[in-house]
Amino acid sequence: MNYKLILDIAIHLLRARLKQTIVAAVGVTFSIAMFISLVSFMSGLNGLLDGLMLNRTPHIRMFNEVKPSDNQPLSLSKDYKGNTVFIHSIKPKDRGKSIYNSMSIISALKQDKRIIDVAPKVTASVLYNSGTIEISGMVNGIDVLAENTLFKISDYIKEGKLSDLFQNNSIIIGKGLSDKMLLSVGDIIKVSTSNGTLSSLKIVGISETGIADIDNMASYTSLATAQKIVGQPKNYITDIQVNLYKKENAVAIAHEFHTVYDVDTIDYLAANVQFETGSSVRSIISYAVGIVLLIVAGFGIYNILNMMIYEKMDSIAILKATGFSGSDVKWIFISLSIIIGVTGGVFGLIFGFIFSSIIDVIPFSSPSVPSVTTYPIDYNGSYYVIGLVFALFTTLISGFFPAMKASRVDPVEIIRGK
Amino acid sequence: MKETILETKGLIKYFYNPSKFQVIKNVDLKIQQGEFVSIVGKSGCGKSTLLYLLSTMDTDYEGQLFIHNQLITGQSDQNLAKIRNEKIGFVFQFHYLLPEYNVLNNVMLPGLKLGKYSKKELEQRALKHLKTLEIDQHALKMPNQLSGGEKQRVAIARALINDPLIIMGDEPTGNLDRKSGDVVFDIFKKLATEFNQTILIVTHDPDFAHKTDRIITMEDGKIIS
Repeated sequence: MNYKLILDIAIHLLRARLKQTIVAAVGVTFSIAMFISLVSFMSGLNGLLDGLMLNRTPHIRMFNEVKPSDNQPLSLSKDYKGNTVFIHSIKPKDRGKSIYNSMSIISALKQDKRIIDVAPKVTASVLYNSGTIEISGMVNGIDVLAENTLFKISDYIKEGKLSDLFQNNSIIIGKGLSDKMLLSVGDIIKVSTSNGTLSSLKIVGISETGIADIDNMASYTSLATAQKIVGQPKNYITDIQVNLYKKENAVAIAHEFHTVYDVDTIDYLAANVQFETGSSVRSIISYAVGIVLLIVAGFGIYNILNMMIYEKMDSIAILKATGFSGSDVKWIFISLSIIIGVTGGVFGLIFGFIFSSIIDVIPFSSPSVPSVTTYPIDYNGSYYVIGLVFALFTTLISGFFPAMKASRVDPVEIIRGK
Repeated sequence: MKETILETKGLIKYFYNPSKFQVIKNVDLKIQQGEFVSIVGKSGCGKSTLLYLLSTMDTDYEGQLFIHNQLITGQSDQNLAKIRNEKIGFVFQFHYLLPEYNVLNNVMLPGLKLGKYSKKELEQRALKHLKTLEIDQHALKMPNQLSGGEKQRVAIARALINDPLIIMGDEPTGNLDRKSGDVVFDIFKKLATEFNQTILIVTHDPDFAHKTDRIITMEDGKIIS
């Protein structure tokens, strides 16, 4: 088959109907552009919302959970081996919140090539004392450097600096706490724990995450200070947080750590199921809208090619009489629709990029994500590939039926009809 | 001995709409190399139908059709298109020039499809044919800028581009006035005598037919002389 000739004929036919062709191509352009900007925006938004939670959740958290022991004393008894035993009124066993052998686990994890960093943490529930008022809350003792590489908490520090936590007996309190207790940087806050120890800490900063529950309760201090507050030694660690290079592997690795180190583990997916659901629903919506737009554009192309075939019956007849076969004619019309699809699609990608860039500079601020100042856009190359593939696919389908019709035109009928 | 260009054996065709009706009844026909043949007959006698059977475009018939002693009946659509492209040139009552192409490109189109000659050579050949038909001065015009007779001559040039074994015409002068019709006839005559071109023309114009070498008269689906 002579592709050059077929393409040449297709282009000449297009030129003869330039206006309609442009309208059809603009339909494709519009739908692809909308698809690209919609998906980029939705995905940017998804990233932002997921980031809200996921960026603060370690990929894997290791801790000791309060739960009943799997091995009750009765199961050690030889007499009842093989029997089904019923035990009533089991109480959970307190193994302590501290992770056993935490120091060697941490040093082993630091050697692991799959892991970005390890952040040990001490959490303690406390009462903040202000005059006669007591407010319950949570003190997080953190490894300042590791915590910042994993969770970028310096982004949420409104006043003061994260590095000030290196001073002894210093604390960064949540915005809600500082508002309620009228405390500001430089003041002293009294913190008491459940076992009765009372410590005075100097406020070196205020944090604001945008999540009221956290801002009203949580405060940050260094690991050593937290251990001092709860009256525990240097090896007292309640949580080990781990971030992975490939977070997709979190489930498997969490399971592995559970068996290797004999601690309870939870991966970020299990901790944030609802966010995954939300993300996938939003992507489905944007893809659905994009596909609907493309189908509409496809009908436009179908119409125009159909019209063209009726107009060009004579030309089709003579092409067939002079030696073009049915499949040649079919390919002429398929190339027509491919030309419309490709030009419309490529312009759609360009306009999609332009629209995304416009959305990208519209100001948008949210206290919960201080690093974001404009609407989020995800410039992912794969959306552009998908968009172009969609455009080609729909134009091919919508061009195929008219092309089949053209290939079946009987030249004798046309020529004798004159 | 002259070569046989076109031969049919027991050609039969039915029309099914509105009811079954036999249009072509057992036609045996032989056309030799270099003959200038016309088919005449009353309207409805099946002469055009016969021509379209011979043209390979209509494949719904019984009997056998040979072009250059090669059996055509039963060949695939693809092959038939190739045979038409290579061996048959068509001139119809209407010119059927593509309005998107200029005269030169219209003439070159079947040649480009055949792909035997390069584009440069085809251009030369097309110009040569246009010159023989005395319309080379219009080579770069669009078809809608030409008169009816001129368009028909362009259509003849297009039929000639692949050096066909036979040129088939269905009332090629039917749409033309006397003068242009005579010009077109003279061209056919010239092609037949000077270039030994085999030509088969369906016409209802007795004057036209009488000037050809051989007249085939049809009546009621049969050849009577």
